[in-house]
Amino acid sequence: MSATVYALPSIVVFVTAAVLIVVGALGVLAVRNPVHAALSLILTLFGVAVAFIAQSADFLAAVQVIVYAGAIVVIFLFVIMFLGVGRSRHDHVEPLVGQRPLAALGVAVTVGGLIALLASSHWVTGATSASGSSLVKGTGNVRQLGTAVFTTYLYAFEATAALLVIAVIGAVVLARRERVTEEAE
Amino acid sequence: MNVPAAWYLVLAAVLFGIGAYGLLTRRSALIMFMCVELMLNAVNLTFVTFARTLSDVGGQASVFFVMVVAAAEVTVGLGIVVAVFRRRHSTSVDELTEMKG
Repeated sequence: MSATVYALPSIVVFVTAAVLIVVGALGVLAVRNPVHAALSLILTLFGVAVAFIAQSADFLAAVQVIVYAGAIVVIFLFVIMFLGVGRSRHDHVEPLVGQRPLAALGVAVTVGGLIALLASSHWVTGATSASGSSLVKGTGNVRQLGTAVFTTYLYAFEATAALLVIAVIGAVVLARRERVTEEAE
Repeated sequence: MNVPAAWYLVLAAVLFGIGAYGLLTRRSALIMFMCVELMLNAVNLTFVTFARTLSDVGGQASVFFVMVVAAAEVTVGLGIVVAVFRRRHSTSVDELTEMKG
């Protein structure tokens, strides 16, 4: 397998996506200002969208940009500005002794275990899909995904409709000012 | 030939690790939510990679539902952050200690 020469464009696309994703994720971690963290998050989300397109998941890449970068990050920015949260003052204090080294150790063990699992396993068996809805090359990705969502996963799709309504009502109830209880206190 | 799936899987593992480290170490509830988003995106990338490798559109359908749940989770979660901020004037998770025994 190592003797196979991979096409240069796909390598360039992968490296671009990897740089976008890793730089953005490290930015979310390192930056102190929440607004800058949200902007770094957009970088990571665009990198993931690039990786989606490189793996012929066109519809998901579009949804990634529209829903994640468009809607979710805007909600984050809206809440940050609504609350007026400035630089976080709490990150230099460390109430739990040894939390950072332990977290780093746990994450290193997890990622190392995942990569070791990858290296020792042979995922590509050549077997076709078990669900019968195989991803045929050449036909439109949107059509295949739409067919799968509206036939095989129809009940899950209907359940997401209920979930979204519940989420909207819950957010409105949570963010509403409760004047009655404040007067009662 | 396209790059091997293992490259994307390693990238997703690294992204998941960065998100998990941020979730464990940061104190601001907003940044913690962003780290949860990073971890969800790492899982989505894994799903799409396996959908390509196994030629099964079910992986992409799973990503679709993960995105819907992530949108709902962010909406409700940020509503909770706003409600907490009204009471405590802080988004630090260390100051929410009412249930400490």
